[in-house]
Amino acid sequence: MPPSAPILKLDEVRKTYRMGPVTVEALRGLSLEVEAGEYVSIMGPSGCGKSTLLNLLGCLDRPSSGRYLLGGEDISNLEDDALSLVRSQRLGFIFQSYNLIQQLTVVENIEVPLYYQGVSEEESRAKAERIASMVGLEHRLEHKPFELSGGQQQRVAIARALVNDPLLILADEPTGNLDSSSGEEILRMFDRLHAEGRTLVLVTHDPGVSQRGGRTIRLRDGRVESDLRHPKSGSTPGGSP
Amino acid sequence: MRFGMRLSRLRRTVRLGVKSLWLHRLRSLLTALGIVFGVCSVIAMLAIGEGASFEAQEQIKNLGSQNIILRSIKPPEQQKVSDRGSQSFALQYGLGYADLRRIRETIPGVTLVLPARVMREYVWNISRRIDTEIVGTVSWYPEMRNHHVAEGRFFTEAEMESRANVCVIGREMIPGLFPLESPLGRHVRVGSDYYQVIGVMEPRGEPIAPEGGSQARKPSQNRMYIPLETAKTRYGELLVKRRSGSIEAERVQLHELTIQVASLERVRPVSEAIQALLEQSHKKKDYEVVVPLELLKRAERTKQIFSIVLGSIAAISLLVGGIGIMNIMLASVTERTREIGIRRALGARRRDIILQFLTETVMLSGAGGILGVLGGVLIPFLVSRFAGMKTIIVFWSPVLAFTISALVGVIFGLYPAMRAARMDPVEALRHE
Ligand SMILES: Nc1ncnc2c1ncn2[C@@H]1O[C@H](COP(=O)(O)OP(=O)(O)OP(=O)(O)O)[C@@H](O)[C@H]1O
Ligand SMILES: [Mg+2]
Repeated sequence: MPPSAPILKLDEVRKTYRMGPVTVEALRGLSLEVEAGEYVSIMGPSGCGKSTLLNLLGCLDRPSSGRYLLGGEDISNLEDDALSLVRSQRLGFIFQSYNLIQQLTVVENIEVPLYYQGVSEEESRAKAERIASMVGLEHRLEHKPFELSGGQQQRVAIARALVNDPLLILADEPTGNLDSSSGEEILRMFDRLHAEGRTLVLVTHDPGVSQRGGRTIRLRDGRVESDLRHPKSGSTPGGSP
Repeated sequence: MRFGMRLSRLRRTVRLGVKSLWLHRLRSLLTALGIVFGVCSVIAMLAIGEGASFEAQEQIKNLGSQNIILRSIKPPEQQKVSDRGSQSFALQYGLGYADLRRIRETIPGVTLVLPARVMREYVWNISRRIDTEIVGTVSWYPEMRNHHVAEGRFFTEAEMESRANVCVIGREMIPGLFPLESPLGRHVRVGSDYYQVIGVMEPRGEPIAPEGGSQARKPSQNRMYIPLETAKTRYGELLVKRRSGSIEAERVQLHELTIQVASLERVRPVSEAIQALLEQSHKKKDYEVVVPLELLKRAERTKQIFSIVLGSIAAISLLVGGIGIMNIMLASVTERTREIGIRRALGARRRDIILQFLTETVMLSGAGGILGVLGGVLIPFLVSRFAGMKTIIVFWSPVLAFTISALVGVIFGLYPAMRAARMDPVEALRHE
């Protein structure tokens, strides 16, 4: 793959929800390209289709029409099992409400994507522990999610999203449930990931958050309203070249 | 290598299932109880039923499956006449030596005939007495009736012919007559005659009462055996019973005739021939024909019916247990919608979700099955121990019950698991 090839490409993507006689058009012909290493913020008023877009990017849903290329491969018509494989191998999810599995410990939560990839027990444990220490949770490995603060839980979720070394990290309002200081902590982590060259797409309502990435896309009524590249602000510890 | 991977995956799935079930310990336990009771009752009932039918069959086999037993019975009409109180009317009925001769001479396939007379008398040892059925019979009785001497010996043909005053007593008579000393070589008194005890018979179950017959005489448990010839000379053929003032006299030549047939296949034709012959020669039905082989067949059929009934009960109880499990698993799937969404988002395929929930159900029902097997083995043991009933656990019954319980888990777990797997990941993630 040449360096300029987009890591993801949406081509006239539509998503229609049918609720009895009423149809809701959540996305109406949306086209978008994201290059490797970009840090993209998606903004827009409530109901404009941000989450719908993120679900499509995350292969949790299929577009009603249009094409979606992830890493050069058309995945808009893949079977359910194949989509699961794409999710487990190429994608990392971070949710607003953390979405940890309550009966599992921190390290077990981090291991889940590896389990569905069929990675052996020892290997996945070692990897999960390494990632956990990267997000500063090496002393919380055997804790259950309810024993952790919101910020810590979101760090577990980030570790889980990173453990399979994904092509693309997707986050839907990752700081929405957090106070400003733990939110800042999470955002600094994103900055670091970006600095390491990872590709991030995150949905946010906070303009301050969107300023930290290099690109902000505004949606309105299921279409791209504006797509701005701008210099990054905020504290990027490693700094970008 | 691949196999090892699969095994480790299965182990992790099982561990995960244990965790989820453990999270709701009480609920899991209560759910499994349905299966526990189902499996437990199946094994226990089967064991008790098997034990009971085994005992019945043993008793029938003791009569000898190659034997046909004829018994004299007082015909019902005659009974009425004598009840009306005709004072000195000697009632004559039953089987006679003529019958014996005719059977032996005219019916092919009969190898041995064993006649017996039965008298009800008191047997005395000095001042101790017990109510006994005295059986006058022949020397081949033990062999033919499959009822053997435990101590000493049975009387010989020579003793029969010489009308010796010897007797063989039943083991059950010993506590009443010889509580302290060994009875062998001692004498017992019946009326004014003394008999030397030469042997003690093995104990045996209650004789099989053929249906419809012999409602008048309840056989005594105590039996003493003396040579037929001795019985004939001592008692003649006239038996006198004193009963509340009136005197009843009965004239019976033979009380019991055991006929041995050459082979099992000939039992039925010979018994039919005997019945035809007796019908001709007896005006009244003053005899009954017991065919142990037929009884055995009937007992087997009864057992079959019992098994079918049991099987239905088992099926129903396991069905109920299965529905209970399905109910809980459906609740669990709804409750864990969010978890399912998370797992799907992180790469779980539909079949991974199915496997996860199915593993949980099978573990629930399997654990219920194991507990049920333990209980089902323990209960018959306690029943034999404290209620004195014979129980037999057939080896396949715990195996079968456990297998079925695991199957119930698969069958009733499949629908909830499929429902979990069919969920839309996006919807599931949005679920509160
Ligand atoms: N499953 C669904 N069935 C029907 N309509 C839906 C469904 N999901 C989303 N929609 C509709 O699609 C539109 C876009 O929804 P979406 O959740 O993407 O908005 P959003 O931009 O994420 O909003 P918010 O900022 O409030 O999270 C909305 O009008 C919504 O009602
Ligand atoms: Mg949203």
